[in-house]
Amino acid sequence: MEDGVSNGKLIIAGVEFKSRLWVGTGKYKDFEETKKAIEASGSDMVTVAVRRVNIFDRKSPNLLDYIDPKVYKILPHTAGCYSVEDALRYARLGREAGISDFVKLEVIGDEKTLFPDVCGLLKATEILAKEGFIVLPYSNDDPIVAQRLVNAGAAAVMPLGAPIGSGLGIRNPYNIKIILETVKGVPIIVDAGVGTASDAAVAMELGCDAVLINTGIAGATQPIMMAAAMKHAVIAGRFAYKAGRIARRLYAAASSPFDGML
Amino acid sequence: MKIRLNGDDYITKAASTVSELLAELDINPLRVALELNMAIVKKAQYDSAALKDGDNVEVVNFVGGG
Repeated sequence: MEDGVSNGKLIIAGVEFKSRLWVGTGKYKDFEETKKAIEASGSDMVTVAVRRVNIFDRKSPNLLDYIDPKVYKILPHTAGCYSVEDALRYARLGREAGISDFVKLEVIGDEKTLFPDVCGLLKATEILAKEGFIVLPYSNDDPIVAQRLVNAGAAAVMPLGAPIGSGLGIRNPYNIKIILETVKGVPIIVDAGVGTASDAAVAMELGCDAVLINTGIAGATQPIMMAAAMKHAVIAGRFAYKAGRIARRLYAAASSPFDGML
Repeated sequence: MKIRLNGDDYITKAASTVSELLAELDINPLRVALELNMAIVKKAQYDSAALKDGDNVEVVNFVGGG
């Protein structure tokens, strides 16, 4: 039986994922909390940022002391990049610092919304795919852009549910649905906007292949408990999608038979 | 030798290669990526990549982020 996380496995570029929940590592109180939350999430795909080494404080702990790359797949991203050139630079550095060709590609267009600059995103996707990267672009929820990204070589498309860190949930489920129906051959992973468990479940019930969450977990009052909630929500949403929900109807339909009534 | 290291001036003690610089800084080379004058230096080249006065070196690693 499909257990929501293994049967009908999520596989990208030959890499198999145990969980359909991907998690970020930002905004936690400390690395200990990061580690516990990620364990509670059941995730095996963990996003990380590429930043300068703190040269003059060599005693400070390193993220990878807590997130073992032998246990977790480490996904470097290009968050904070506002140009194609910067995104390429960070992607290449991330590949060199890590052990895989996977990159979560962000080319941001605006500080306030953190919406993607889709023109830059397309260009960077094309260049990095040609360089052998497994490009997972963070996109808006536009089905046309999603298809263009696939044409440019993206290995998945990661449409936002809502602005990064906003917790507004899946603002346009119909666009996500259209992306799922029209963009074939790559996983569709909702990235950004998931604020609580029901948001993650909605994304999965729509038929998304996975959900990526950072702030929704790290920003919760109790991040470790929320990580567990998200884990269950993703499994529940996947189950519900595979099970096939009933059609919505305006009026009631009695659950009990008339036959045998007195 | 005076170089730019992660945006700051840095006077090397004895390092003349990338490998020696990382050793001097007590940085595990397996966990970082390094640019020398904007070009990535592959780990296999750390031993042979020579430093010279005025070089611009960037050393990055993974930190928490979404």
